[in-house]
Amino acid sequence: MKKEKKGIRLDHISKIYKDPKTGKDFYAVKDTSLEIEPGSFVTLLGPSGCGKTTTLRMIAGFESPDEGEIFLGNEAINELTPNKRDTAMVFQSYALLPHYNIFDNVAYGLKLRKVPKEEIKERVTRILELVELSGMEARMTNQLSGGQQQRVALARALVIEPSVLLFDEPLSNLDAKLRVSMRTEIRRIQQEVGITAVYVTHDQSEAMAISDKIIIMNKGVVAQMGTPHEIYYHPNSEFVADFIGEANFLKGKMISHDDKVAQIEVDGLPITVAYEKNMKEGNDYTVVLRPEAASLSEKGGVPCTVELSRFMGSYQNYHVRVGNTLVKLEEHNPKNKRIFEVGEKCTLVFEPTSVHVL
Amino acid sequence: MATRQGASLDRKKLMADPIMVSTIVVLIAFLTLFILYPLAILLVDSFVSDSGLTLDVFKRIFKIPTFKTAITNTLKVGFLVGIISTAVGLLFAYVEVYVRSNKFMGGLFKVVSMLPVVSPPFVLSLSMIMLFGKAGIITRHLLGIYDNSVYGFWGIAIVQSMTFFPVCYMMFRGLLKNIDPSLEEAARDMGASRSKVFTSVTLPLLLPGIGNAFLVTFIESIADFANPMIIGGSYDTLATTIYLQITGAYDKPGAAAMAVVLLCITLLMFAVQKYYLEAKSTATLTGKASRQRMLIEDKSVRLPLTILCGAIALFVIIMYICVPIGALFPTWGYTFFPLTTKWFQLIFTRYKGFKAFKDSFMLSVIAAPITALLSMIISYLVVKRKFKGKGFIEAVSMLAMAVPGTVLGVGYIRGFSGGVFHTGFLQGLYGTGAILVIVFIVRSLPTGTRSGIAALRQIDKSIEESAYDMGANSMKVFTTVTLPLIKDSFLSGLVTAFVRSITAISAIILLVTPQFLLITVQINEFAEKGSYGLACAFATLLIAVTYTAVALMNLFIKHFGTSRKIKEEY
Ligand SMILES: Nc1ncnc2c1ncn2[C@@H]1O[C@H](COP(=O)(O)OP(=O)(O)OP(=O)(O)O)[C@@H](O)[C@H]1O
Ligand SMILES: [Mg+2]
Repeated sequence: MKKEKKGIRLDHISKIYKDPKTGKDFYAVKDTSLEIEPGSFVTLLGPSGCGKTTTLRMIAGFESPDEGEIFLGNEAINELTPNKRDTAMVFQSYALLPHYNIFDNVAYGLKLRKVPKEEIKERVTRILELVELSGMEARMTNQLSGGQQQRVALARALVIEPSVLLFDEPLSNLDAKLRVSMRTEIRRIQQEVGITAVYVTHDQSEAMAISDKIIIMNKGVVAQMGTPHEIYYHPNSEFVADFIGEANFLKGKMISHDDKVAQIEVDGLPITVAYEKNMKEGNDYTVVLRPEAASLSEKGGVPCTVELSRFMGSYQNYHVRVGNTLVKLEEHNPKNKRIFEVGEKCTLVFEPTSVHVL
Repeated sequence: MATRQGASLDRKKLMADPIMVSTIVVLIAFLTLFILYPLAILLVDSFVSDSGLTLDVFKRIFKIPTFKTAITNTLKVGFLVGIISTAVGLLFAYVEVYVRSNKFMGGLFKVVSMLPVVSPPFVLSLSMIMLFGKAGIITRHLLGIYDNSVYGFWGIAIVQSMTFFPVCYMMFRGLLKNIDPSLEEAARDMGASRSKVFTSVTLPLLLPGIGNAFLVTFIESIADFANPMIIGGSYDTLATTIYLQITGAYDKPGAAAMAVVLLCITLLMFAVQKYYLEAKSTATLTGKASRQRMLIEDKSVRLPLTILCGAIALFVIIMYICVPIGALFPTWGYTFFPLTTKWFQLIFTRYKGFKAFKDSFMLSVIAAPITALLSMIISYLVVKRKFKGKGFIEAVSMLAMAVPGTVLGVGYIRGFSGGVFHTGFLQGLYGTGAILVIVFIVRSLPTGTRSGIAALRQIDKSIEESAYDMGANSMKVFTTVTLPLIKDSFLSGLVTAFVRSITAISAIILLVTPQFLLITVQINEFAEKGSYGLACAFATLLIAVTYTAVALMNLFIKHFGTSRKIKEEY
C-alpha cells in the first residue's frame, strides 16, 4: 500500500455509561492513554466487561468519548462520524450485507468512494485473492462457511485501504482449529499490507500469537501495555500475572540481600529471588511463580508437601503446599523424572531469575 | 465527574449529517403539528374561554343527558366486546396451537386471521342487518320473526366482537406458541387432567396477555365509529355522540370537550396496557418453545372444540360474503330473485361511483407510500440511532394509536379550520385533499411503525454499523441496507396503510368536503338512509379493492421477497 501508515493515540479517554439497573453513572473506560505505533498489531485483552469493545468503538466513532481526545496520525478525530474516519472495522458477527453477494459486499466501500468501475473490479479481485476467496464472487453470504465469511469481512475492510483496521473478537464464532489458522492468516495479511491493527479478544493465546503489543485492560483502565514477552515475564500487577497464563503468588517480607539475590520470607521460609535495586529490606513483596518455572526435588530449595499429583500427558500436575500457600506446578516431560506422590515431603527448586517480584 | 463531552460530540456528529438532521426536524414538526397540536387544541378549546380557565364547557356537556348515557353505553359495549373477543380469540388460538386439526380447519383459521386486514369496518353491520334485521333473511324469512331488532346494544356488541376477535386470536397465538410444552407436560405427568392443566398452568401464564388483549379490544371498541353509526340505532356511543354534536348540534366546543373525555378514557386504558401489561405479557413468555407440542388427539376434547371454532369461523365468513350477495338482491329484504346488478349500475351511473372510487383510491394511494416510508424512517431512528428527541418521536407515534379517529377529526376541525391557533396560518390546508391524506397517514402510522420496529429489531445492529463504517452516510445506510433488508415489512406496511386509508371513516367523515366523494362515507350515508342495496354495492367495491391489494402484495412477496432468502440465515 502506498499510503502513509498512521498510528493511533488515545489521550486521557473516558467513557461514562449509565447502569441501566441502578441508574448510576459508571466509567466503562477510565482515563486511558495509549500510543499505538503505525503499522503495529496491538491487542486489547481483558476480562469480559472491561471496556475493550467500548474502546474500539470509540476509535471507530460509534461511541463518543466523554473525556479526552483520540488522534489518528496527527489529526484529532473526536468530531468525525464513523463514515468520515479512516478506519475499518471487522465485526464479531461479520456483519456482511445479506442482500449482496460477495463481490458487492467487498465493493460496497469502494462504490461509496466513487471509485471507477474498472478499478473496483481490479481491487476487489486482488483483495479476494489475498484472502483466498477467488472464484466465490457471485455467492451470497449465506452460502459461505464461517471462516469464509470472516475472510469476506476482512477483505471488505482491507479493500478500502484504511489507515487502521479494527477487529472486535473476529474469531469468536469459529471452532478452535479454524481460529488458530485464521489468526495466522490475519497476522500474515496485516504484515503483508503493513497496516495498523487494533484487535480485541479475550483469548490470551490468540493475543500472544499475533500481537506486537498487548494491552491488558481491567475495569476500564489499562493495567499494562507491552510485548507478549514483557507481559508474561514482567507483569506489573497480580491482576496481569494472574490474567495471563497461570501464576502462583507467594507473599512475604524481604529479609536480606546481596548484589545478585534477595531473600524473601514466605510463611517463615526464605525464598531466593533476583535482587533489583529498588527493593528494600523490610518491605512486603509478592513472588510470582509460573507453574512451569519450578520443579520438585528431594533436596535443596524450599521445603514443601505434595497435595495433588496427576499425570496429564505432556506434564505432571502437582499441587504442593509451601508454608500456608498452595502452589500449582507443571513438570513437563515427566517420563524420565521422579514422580512425587501425595503426602510426600520434598523441595521446590527454581532459578532466582525465573520468578518475578512485585 | 468531569465535564462530559460525549453528548456534545454525539450532537456534533449528528449535525455533520444534514440529511439526518433535517429528517428529524421534519419528523418532529410533522408529529407535533398533526398529532400533538390537534389534541392540545382540544384541551385549550374545552378549558379556555374568553374569561380564562374554566370548566364551563364540561359542566354544560355533563348536563346533556344523552352524553352521560353515551358514556355508560360506550363503556358497557367496550366491556362486553372486550370479554367476548378475548374469550373467542383465546379459544381459536388454543385450538390452533393445541388441537390436531385438518386442512379444512387450517384454511378457515387462516381466512379468519386475514379478515381484520382486508375488511372495511362496517361490513359486518350491514350483513347483520341483512340477516337478522326486521326484514332479515334469517329472522323474517326463515324463522318468521317480524319484529326482531338488531339495532342497539346487542347489535353493536356482536358485530364488534366479530370484528375484533381475530386480533385477539393473533395475539394469543403468538403467546401460546411460546409456552414451553414441558411446563404443561410436567403437570400432566403428575396426574393433572387436561382441564386442570389449562386452568392451573396455561391460564396463569396467559393472564397478563389476557388483560392485554382485553384492553386492546376495549380501546378498539370505544374508538369504533362506523359500526355504532350503522347498527347503533338510537343507542349512541361516545364516538357517534361527538359526531352528532358537530354535524347535528353544530356545537364545536361541546364536541371538543366530549372528545377530551373520550380521549382520556382511551389514553388511560392505553397507558395501563402499554406500560403495565405489554411488558409483563411478553416478559413471562419469552423464548421459543424447546420442542414440538404433543397435539391433543382425544376426540372428546377435539370434536367439540373444533366444531365450535369451525361454526364461529364459518359464521363470520358467511357474514362477509353476505355483503356482495346482498348487493345483488333486487329489493333488500323483500325480493331476492332474480339477482340483479342494478345497484352496481346505479352507483356508477347515478351516484358517482366512479368518482368515489377514484377519490378514495387516489387519496389512499398517495397516503400509503408516505405512511410506509415514514413509519420505516421512524422505526429506523428509534431502533438504530440515538439522538435527543428520539423518545419524543417514539412516544408521539405510539400515542397516535390511542387516539380515536373521531377525536382526531374534531381536533383537526378545531385546529385547522381557522388556521393554526386560529391565526390563519396553514388555513389553506383545511378542506383540501392534503389534509385528508395527512389524516390517513396519521391514522396508519402507529401500526406501520410498530411492525417496522419489530422487523428492525431482528436485524443485527452491526450490519448497519458496518455500512456506516465503510463510509456510507445515514441516508445511504438507510437506502442501501436498512430498506432492502426490511423490504417485506415495508411492502406489507404499504398495503396495510393503503387498506386502512381506503377503509377509514371515523376521522375522515368529519373533515371531508363535498369536493371529495369517499366510498366509506357513501356507504355510511346510504346505510343511514336505509338504502342497503347501494351501501352493499359500494362495500363490495371496497372489499374488491382491498382484497386485490392484499393479494397482489402476497404474490409480490412470494416472488420477489428477498428478505425470505435472508431470513433463513438470521
Ligand atoms: N450502551 C451501553 N450502555 C450502558 N452500559 C454499557 C453500554 N455498552 C457497554 N456498557 C457497559 O460498559 C462496560 C464495558 O463494556 P464493553 O462492551 O466495552 O466490554 P468488553 O470488554 O468488550 O467485554 P466482552 O469481552 O464481554 O465483549 C460493561 O460493563 C458494559 O456493561
Ligand atoms: Mg466486547
